[in-house]
Parts: sequence; C-alpha cells; structure tokens
Amino acid sequence: MAESLSLPEKSSLNPVDRDSLSHLYREMLLIRRVEELAAKAYTQRKILGFCHLYIGQESVAVGAAASTSDDYWMTAYREHGQAMAKGMSARTMMAELFGRQTGSSKGQGGSMHLFDKENKFMGGYGIVGGHVPLATGVAWAAKQRKENRVCVCFFGDGAAHQGAFFEALCLAQLFKLPVVFICENNFYAMGTPLHRQSAVTDLSLRALGVGMVSEQFEGFDVEVVRERVGAAADFARAGNGPVLLEIVTYRHRGHSMSDPAKYRPDGELDEKKKSDPLAITKARLTEDFGLSEADLAAIHESVEVEAQDAWDFAHDSPEPDTSTLYDYTYAPQEG
Amino acid sequence: MAMIQIREALRQAMQEEMRRDESIFLMGEEVAHYNGAYKVSQGMLEEFGEDRIVDTPISENGFAGLGVGAAMAGMRPIIEFMTWNFSLVAFDQVVNSASKIYQMSGGQYSIPIVFRGPNGLAENLGSQHSTSVDSLYAHFPGLKVVTYATAYDAKGLLKAAIRDPNPVVFLESELTYGIKGEVPDEEYIIPLGKADIKREGTDVTLITWGKQLFNVEKAAGDLAAQGINAEIVDLRSLRPLDHETVFNSVVKTGRAVVIHEGFLFAGVGAEICARIQEACFDILQAPVLRVTNRDVPQPYATNMEQLVVPSPDRIVQAVRTVMER
Repeated sequence: MAESLSLPEKSSLNPVDRDSLSHLYREMLLIRRVEELAAKAYTQRKILGFCHLYIGQESVAVGAAASTSDDYWMTAYREHGQAMAKGMSARTMMAELFGRQTGSSKGQGGSMHLFDKENKFMGGYGIVGGHVPLATGVAWAAKQRKENRVCVCFFGDGAAHQGAFFEALCLAQLFKLPVVFICENNFYAMGTPLHRQSAVTDLSLRALGVGMVSEQFEGFDVEVVRERVGAAADFARAGNGPVLLEIVTYRHRGHSMSDPAKYRPDGELDEKKKSDPLAITKARLTEDFGLSEADLAAIHESVEVEAQDAWDFAHDSPEPDTSTLYDYTYAPQEG
Repeated sequence: MAMIQIREALRQAMQEEMRRDESIFLMGEEVAHYNGAYKVSQGMLEEFGEDRIVDTPISENGFAGLGVGAAMAGMRPIIEFMTWNFSLVAFDQVVNSASKIYQMSGGQYSIPIVFRGPNGLAENLGSQHSTSVDSLYAHFPGLKVVTYATAYDAKGLLKAAIRDPNPVVFLESELTYGIKGEVPDEEYIIPLGKADIKREGTDVTLITWGKQLFNVEKAAGDLAAQGINAEIVDLRSLRPLDHETVFNSVVKTGRAVVIHEGFLFAGVGAEICARIQEACFDILQAPVLRVTNRDVPQPYATNMEQLVVPSPDRIVQAVRTVMER
C-alpha cells in the first residue's frame, strides 16, 4: 500500500484571477457552442458516423488543461472538448468531424480519433478502456527521459470495468509512472446507469487494490478541477507515482447523437443542469470578479464568431485527396 | 563466421541495436532476472540494467499497450510475449492500437515497436500453447509480419524489425531456439519483405516460412532421390509479401505447393494460392496445393499431434500429386 502518501491539499498553481477565469469560461463556452454546432451538422448529415458530445462536462477538460497544458493527454471518444481544451483549434476539430483534408487527422480519423501531436494530444480512441494502457507507455517514456511531464489519461465510468483499465493501474503503480488517471464519471455507460454497471459505485475505490492514491470530487466547477488535477499532477511529477481521480460530472446529451437518452429518470437532467459548469463559472465571474453583462456579452459574441468560423472553414474545406489513400498505413523509413 | 544458436542470434540482434540506440528497451514476462523463459535475453539485464530490460507482471494487454504508448512518445520498444498464444489477450493493443494509430492520427504518430516471441507448435503443450497466429496478424494492414528459420535470417531480420518505423510482429519458435547456424562476424541487416530461395530447383516450387522450412528441406531431399528437383522459397516476411519472388519461381517450375503451420481455412497459404492463380494462371501445370495443420485444435498426445502438423511425408505426397497432373 501507498502508506501515508496522499495528494497535497493545495496545488502549486496560482489562484485564478479575473483574466484567467474569464479565459477558462470562454474555453468552456467555445466547446459548448462548437458541440451545439456539431449536433446541428450531424442532423444535416454533414457529420457522419458516431458523434459523442461533451456538453455538460466542459469544466473537466478545461480545468485539467489549465493545470497540465504542457503534459501529454490521452483519451477516449467523447473527446471534442478535450482536444480543444488542449489546444486544437475549433477549425481543425470541426474539419475532422466533417471528414475534410484540413482536419486534425486529414479526414482519416473522424469524431472518435482526434490527434494533435504539436499540443501533445495523443488521441481519442474508440475501444472502451483500450487506450488506458497506452498512457502508461507515454508516462514510461516521459519518466525515462526525465521530462518532468505527466500523462493525463481520461476515460469514462464505463471503462472502469475493463481489464485493460485494471492492468494499466497495476503497471503504473508498480513502475511508479507519472500518470494522472481521470475517470469522468457521467453516470451512464451508453444507456446503463452506474449502479447497474458496478457493485461499487465509488469508482475511486478501484485504486485501493493496486495501492494507488485516489480522490473523488465533483467537477462542475472549473476552478476545482484545475486545482485538484493540478495537485494530482504535482504529486505524479514529483515521482510519487500515479493518481486516480474520479471526477463526477454529467452529460446533458445522450451517449451519441443517435441516443435520445430516454433511460434517464424524470427530472434528473433538469436537476443536473443546476450545476451546469457554465452557469457556475458565470456566477463566479459576475459575483466575485465584477464581470459586467457587457463583458459577458463580448465573450459570447467572440465565441459565436469563432464557432461559426469553424463551421464555415470545415464546410468550405476540400474532401481528402483520394490519391492519398495508401499514405497512412505505414510510416516511411527514416533516412 | 560463427556457429551460434538461434537464441544467441536473436540476442545479438537486440544487443547490437540497443548499444546503437538508447530509445530501445526490452519488456516482457521473465525477460530480465530470469534471463528469458527460453533464455533469449540471457545476460541482457546485466549489460543494460533494469530501465531497459524490464520484467512485467502477467499482464499482456497492459504491457503491450505500454509499449505502444512508449512508441508514440518516441521510444522503440521490443515487447516479448512468452508465447504468441498469450498475445490473444493483447490482440486489441496489437491490432486496434499498434496497427491503426499511424492511420487514425493522419500520419502524426508512427509506432516503431517489435512484438516478438515463439509461435506455433512447441510439442505436447496442448491446444492453448500451440497456436500459429500468422494469419491473424498478417490480415491487418499497418502491421508487418516477419519470421525466420535460420540463425542468419533470425538476426538480420530482427535488426531490420527493430529499425522499422512500424509495428512488426516477429514470429519465433521454441523448438528451434537451440538450432545452430552460421552468422557473419560483421554487421548485416536483411530487409523486410524479401523472400529467399533456400534451394534452387526446376520442377516444383515449395513455398514456406518459419520452422516448416526444415520439413520442406527434408522433403526436397526425399524428392530429389525420386528425381524431382524442388525449388524452396522461404518467404521470411508474410507482410509485406514478396510475391515477385514467388511468381518468378512458379513461372520457372509451373507447379507449387504451400506448406505452413496453422489452419488451411483462411490461412496465409490461401492468400498465396489466390495470388499465384491470379498472376500465373496460364503457366500453372496443376492446381496449387497446401500442406497445413489439419482442421482441429492441437491435441496433446504425440501421435495425434504429429498427425495434425505438416510432415515431410505429407509434403512429398502433395508434391507427387501436383507432379502427376
């Protein structure tokens, strides 16, 4: 067991101020608006296949990015918001969803497979839990090279029952790898509520059996996420080994665009919307940092322009050049 | 030239490459302190230390995935499966992760990784330790699949596999680790995707790979005594497949038999037969036959087991059939 080790009560981050929190609010709002446009594009068949929206969970990605901006990220398929939080432009993201040459993977990946090497965003993956072991390898490399970086690995509550997840936890703890595992518990694995997926509904307890430090907290407030992910990253960066964070959140939409989410109990969504991350941070900005209606309107307007610009860019971009079909199967030999 | 065991040839390949490139590490069950379940990595812990020769728990999905992630982050892992049978619990990592990430990322992340370990029949180990995974992995674009019969090929191909920027499935054999062969003292590399003519002949082309080469060579000797001069093509790589060398040989002989472990149904031999008839239909003097494992899970008892796998007698019989057309 990890004896007395535990996460620091406070992270090494400076407290947020008016500007930095306004920026985080804008990031969350941009994700929200781009996702709403993605939903619209999907209904117009401009985006095809599966499309899993992040609406309601924006505070998790944006808060985590605020504390691990130069670290590696790896995640699952509900990753539009995470890619953008990590630095992918709305244009590049939307173009990939539209299946365009200008997309992050040049139209090879789609909604579930966003990658951005420059921003250390190492991919969205479509096999539930399958990417979690990859994060241990990224952390292995970072540790061997003494990079002082961690690998932040996101997955949902549905992944917490996969063998790959457990194996990754075992390896990360055994090798004391700098991984921050983030279980985004949005309470539904597709249509199955948590209590019908798992006998133990406190998923942070999954860490106990491997001797890993863990913490469970609500992630609707971007400041809280920033602070606790920051503390976890500090812990892992200092060579103490990995951390499992269970961040309680909620998705406002169905599992994917084809899911009307009728399995939710009556009133649950309305109740959860009271803790909408945007509303929480908006209130904080106006009440504690003195943002005016005009300030907020300016943010909303610039977000609206950027989101619409992403749509226009994706819409006007060319489809992938079919002559490149065989260019992405094997990497060329260097030198 | 030195006469060394295949396990030593493989070890030399890894040692030479690890001395050259610090980003290479070897990871797997029992590879370090135990010196390898089959002693392939004997002494490597002592030379390279615990950061580069790494024992893992029994957790194939986990450490195969760790390797893929490390490759994404710029390292060059060699992941050892104690046998390829165990890779089936890591199939997701080899197929869904390793073979697809270069494509899914639009070419942003290449995966320079070698998955290696023994494959196929290992004698009296029962069905769960005797699988030939050749066709399972050869099916997937994005992977390279490489195998060998001789110490010379083992070393040269493994060095090429380690230097390749793509995931390579490297198939070895428990039964042949101790077989000795000549290996040059100076460095050499055998490019992937190049078949090798192991015996020149004029009457029939015998196409094989891996340790079945030894049965095929025995059969070719028996056939020579019967006046049939067989040419042996050792594929060495199943993906990419050197069909040119196969076609050139078949054009010369007009007849072919494919010999491999693993099953007939949807085996790699089926692919080779299809390609030969597409390219050489007008030249063929007889249908292309296959000698493979019989279509049952591997039994334990020796007589039953030997009935299942290819044998020199079965190969000779198949060749006689194509010669008599």
